[in-house]
Amino acid sequence: MHDLTATTALGGTTAEVRDFEGLRISECPDWALASLASRLGREDEVAAAAQALLGAALPGVGACAGDGPVTAFWIGPEQWMLEAPHGSHEDLAARIKAAMGDAGSVTEQTDGWVRFDLEGAGCHQVLELMCNADTRRMDSPAATRTAIAHQSCFLIRRADGHFSVIGPRSSAQSLHHGLIEAAYSAL
Amino acid sequence: MSQKNRLPGGQIDRSQNLDFTFDGKRFTGHPGDTLASALMANGVRLMGRSFKYHRPRGVLTSGSEEPNALVELRSGARQEPNTRATTAELFDGLEARSQNRWPSLTFDAMAVNDRFSNFLTAGFYYKTFMWPAAFWEKLYEPIIRKAAGLGSLSLEEDPDSYDKGYLHCDLLIVGAGPAGLSAALTAGRSGARVILADEDFAMGGRLNAETFAIDDTAGAEWAAAAVAELHGMNNVRLMPRTTVIGGFDHGIYGAVERVSDHLPTPAPGKSRQILWRVYTRRALLCAGAIERPIAFANNDRPGILLAGAMRAYANRWAATPAQKVAVFTNNDDGHRTARDLMAKGVRVAAVIDVRPDAPRIADCELLAGAQVIDTSGRLGLSFVKLRQADGSERIIECGALGVSGGWNPNVHLTCHQRGRPAWNPAISAFVPGTDLPQGQSVAGAAAGAFSTHAALRSGAEQAAAILGDLGIKPDKARLPRAEDAPVNIQPFWHVTEGRGRAWLDQQNDVTVKDVKLAHQENFRSVEHLKRYTTLGMATDQGKTSNMGGLAIMAELAGKSIPGVGTTIFRPPYTPVAMGTLGGRARGAHFHPVRETPSHIWAREQGAVFVEAGNWLRAQWFPRPGETHWRQSVDREVRAVRGSVGVCDVTTLGKIDVQGTDAAAFLNKVYANGFAKLAVGKTRYGLMLREDGIVMDDGTTARLAEDHFVMTTTTANAVPVYRHLEFVRQCLFPDMDVQLISTTEAWAQYAVAGPNARKLLQKIVDPGFDISNEAFPFMACGAVTICGGLRARLFRISFSGELAYEIAVPTRYGDALIRRLMAAGEEFDVTPYGTEALGVMRIEKGHAAGNELNGTTTALNLRMGRMVSKKKDAIGSTLSERAGLNTPDALALVGFLPKLPEEKVTAGGHLMNREGPLDAKHDQGYVTSACYSPILNSHIGIGYLKSGSERMGERLRLVSPLTGQNIEVEVVSAHFVDPEGDRLRA
Repeated sequence: MHDLTATTALGGTTAEVRDFEGLRISECPDWALASLASRLGREDEVAAAAQALLGAALPGVGACAGDGPVTAFWIGPEQWMLEAPHGSHEDLAARIKAAMGDAGSVTEQTDGWVRFDLEGAGCHQVLELMCNADTRRMDSPAATRTAIAHQSCFLIRRADGHFSVIGPRSSAQSLHHGLIEAAYSAL
Repeated sequence: MSQKNRLPGGQIDRSQNLDFTFDGKRFTGHPGDTLASALMANGVRLMGRSFKYHRPRGVLTSGSEEPNALVELRSGARQEPNTRATTAELFDGLEARSQNRWPSLTFDAMAVNDRFSNFLTAGFYYKTFMWPAAFWEKLYEPIIRKAAGLGSLSLEEDPDSYDKGYLHCDLLIVGAGPAGLSAALTAGRSGARVILADEDFAMGGRLNAETFAIDDTAGAEWAAAAVAELHGMNNVRLMPRTTVIGGFDHGIYGAVERVSDHLPTPAPGKSRQILWRVYTRRALLCAGAIERPIAFANNDRPGILLAGAMRAYANRWAATPAQKVAVFTNNDDGHRTARDLMAKGVRVAAVIDVRPDAPRIADCELLAGAQVIDTSGRLGLSFVKLRQADGSERIIECGALGVSGGWNPNVHLTCHQRGRPAWNPAISAFVPGTDLPQGQSVAGAAAGAFSTHAALRSGAEQAAAILGDLGIKPDKARLPRAEDAPVNIQPFWHVTEGRGRAWLDQQNDVTVKDVKLAHQENFRSVEHLKRYTTLGMATDQGKTSNMGGLAIMAELAGKSIPGVGTTIFRPPYTPVAMGTLGGRARGAHFHPVRETPSHIWAREQGAVFVEAGNWLRAQWFPRPGETHWRQSVDREVRAVRGSVGVCDVTTLGKIDVQGTDAAAFLNKVYANGFAKLAVGKTRYGLMLREDGIVMDDGTTARLAEDHFVMTTTTANAVPVYRHLEFVRQCLFPDMDVQLISTTEAWAQYAVAGPNARKLLQKIVDPGFDISNEAFPFMACGAVTICGGLRARLFRISFSGELAYEIAVPTRYGDALIRRLMAAGEEFDVTPYGTEALGVMRIEKGHAAGNELNGTTTALNLRMGRMVSKKKDAIGSTLSERAGLNTPDALALVGFLPKLPEEKVTAGGHLMNREGPLDAKHDQGYVTSACYSPILNSHIGIGYLKSGSERMGERLRLVSPLTGQNIEVEVVSAHFVDPEGDRLRA
């Protein structure tokens, strides 16, 4: 076991959590991410392997899939992002690659991103100041890509009153600042 | 001052007093008042001075179309010029000042301009102040600008914040008058997702200003009940204080919500205003109508206002401009004003109606067939002079005159996509044309349906039709009963008799005579008329004046009004503050900041940061005693070349390239060969644009047969990724290749210097042999460090030293830099920044952004042979163009000054020692320069014609910008270790 201490995208050793009236904004570092892309002509093999891994079919455009530890959301034609708890799946990319073999291309994405979860009734009011996604009409779950605080982010509706904003890790401070300002303004 | 002109009733809360000041004088009003209504109630008619002639002016209207009553609100950094007193909501402590006057509103010395009005007519600046020509810019224009104008800025930073936001709806209803409310009730009750926006703080539109009953309740009460019902619907969003400012493509509308303008200061954390982008499936414009004045001599005195506005002040705000008033009208609506004012106890001296057959009015003298031909009163109206139907003159004493020339449907938003309104002779006004923006409908007075019944009905019907289109079953509720009076109007635009100036556009001081002058001088197109006279410009955009101007132009040209046409309507509907357009993207938050994994640690070290794109990179790390950046940078360079240094290179773009055709794909995008790169090896790659010019360079490592990691320059990370996706998706869609960025996923550090290996051996786990034999120059591979953390190791060197780049998952980046520093103590490890990095790459002759400047070829870089002839790569064919391969083509070389202390200037141009110093004899230019602490001399690299054949030649380096002219010697660009022994050590 290595002896290097991880820091969160905001630079702390513990996740930043901020509470507002009707909303909690939490930094969520404990998630592993890996991208999966079907190789040309191997789409069916990837779909079959993913079905076994997720317990569900890979999601279509704008959708999410999976209710086990590993879930997926669509990010492009024959491209998905897979998520799993970091504690149990730090090696998520390696596991997916093992499942896909040569049929799919898998890339570790865990630390390319920062995830902020918005939980509470106030999430729509904050998100309508941040992005042009129609959050009130999004399916639950569903995923979209949208500009938030000038950054290209994934926006995932996980349940009613629960959204994840997944944005570029290096700009975590700017993204967090934008969300906090919007929360103060909207709530 | 007491509220001497406050009337009974109204929709103000008399239980509370609000204190405010106007030009330093204290007044009292009530919640529900606007600044204009409160001033009026306090007996103030004079509220401003006109733009050009500094004529005394009062309110003309009761809404956002106001041209005259522009004031400065607040003070200090929140000072806000050109605010319409008619829309400014009164709050306790409001400070307001009149503007464009000196020294005071009642005595304005600049009113002398009015005496010179003959010299200041339309287009005067094209005719006068022409001689001497040199005086215009330095003398005349500054004087004119100072004399004319509106409010002033504080020149302090705005302390408030502004938001931008996004809304979505099935139906956006613009305007919450009878039509808008009726439509909202229909759509809301049907379950549609509705946004109802109104610029007023009280929804209801004219229902709040009239005395009509709807069913058995007052119109204002019906409106309040409708708003209450809508408020209870989860599917309806009510947005008072929100102006829809423009209609854009695809059903998108812009709207400005004034969140805190009605408060002294915004609540903590709250924005002042929000600029909303509203995505609609359909939109219904219920923006009502705007009354138009009649032009007559001296029709601009304070106290002369639109009849509908006079009625609104009386009914809604319980205020009257005077206790004795008169009405001048060409239609029945003017009579309503007289009736309502009388009902409030105001004495109406007469109704002056241009129509000989005007209907009689009870309890008031009717002067049918009469016209107002002049007025008098120094700072406010005292008398009006009439020409009566029998030809006699008559003077009537009154403190206010309500004028009604009819109503114009508010078609503004129907024309934002270059639509043109259509003329409706029945109401003598333009109505929306047939070319409405996609998805837009119009109802109520905006569509020419002027009665309350017609407005309610058209709102409900249009909403039902829209719902039908959207597949939503419309609610079919009973339409309430309301008045349904017909429009009786005799078109009448201006009184031809009278000696004084008849004002059309009170904001821009444009008179009937100015329009005649424009016509006389052949500015006959309405667009030319507007530019020549300034009719319809500035903050009100001619909402009350354009029609008058068009009518007069039509008379002069012998055309019909629709034959003359209208000017183009453009967004925004009302002025928008720059701060609102900027939103929160200002100052430090103008753009997102990207921080490297070592940012916190570097900040602790006192690093000086530099912006590279959005990245903040450590530029150098000052140490105690160092007083100049050169001291820090020189020390860092010596430390790297002498022992070992560490630099955060995370910012370089990293693109994961996978697939069975990954190698073939790289062979296409790089000019040099990649197909045969062995697994575990890294290669420098040169990427060309299609036109043969170098696009980017970097190293690409082969981690597996079907897996590469490409690095790009920091600045080009996104453009290169975009380029690769274009190539993948459009040029070679049959290739099996997948791309994804991993730039931020890995914290990557360059460890460079003779002791780099020794340092890394302390943290790379023992199972990995990184000796020169096992891990030679350009090797790469996966390793573990510090007891098992997965990492990637690349033996590549930008500095020219024995060097590695080590990458770990970014969350461990902070820990790794601290570990490297701790482990490297015995080697006196030194962090180095981008300046030292730059110095070392110049010493080594490595190209960077300065050299890859969008004009250079591989040949210029002296890498011509890298462009493989054995394969087809992007740019390789066009790189062979003759023009790019001339015998004297620029080539990258180095330059040493004759005297080491002489600075070599990047951007300086090279000239032969003898001969003229001009562009024609240019020999090339320096791209990068620095002081080399290794050579103890300034050095530079750059492009020189036939450079590779001119080693040892002495040239002049000149920079006209800095006045530099020094002698330099042409040398190899590789100043340090030209054979590469160090990096292979």
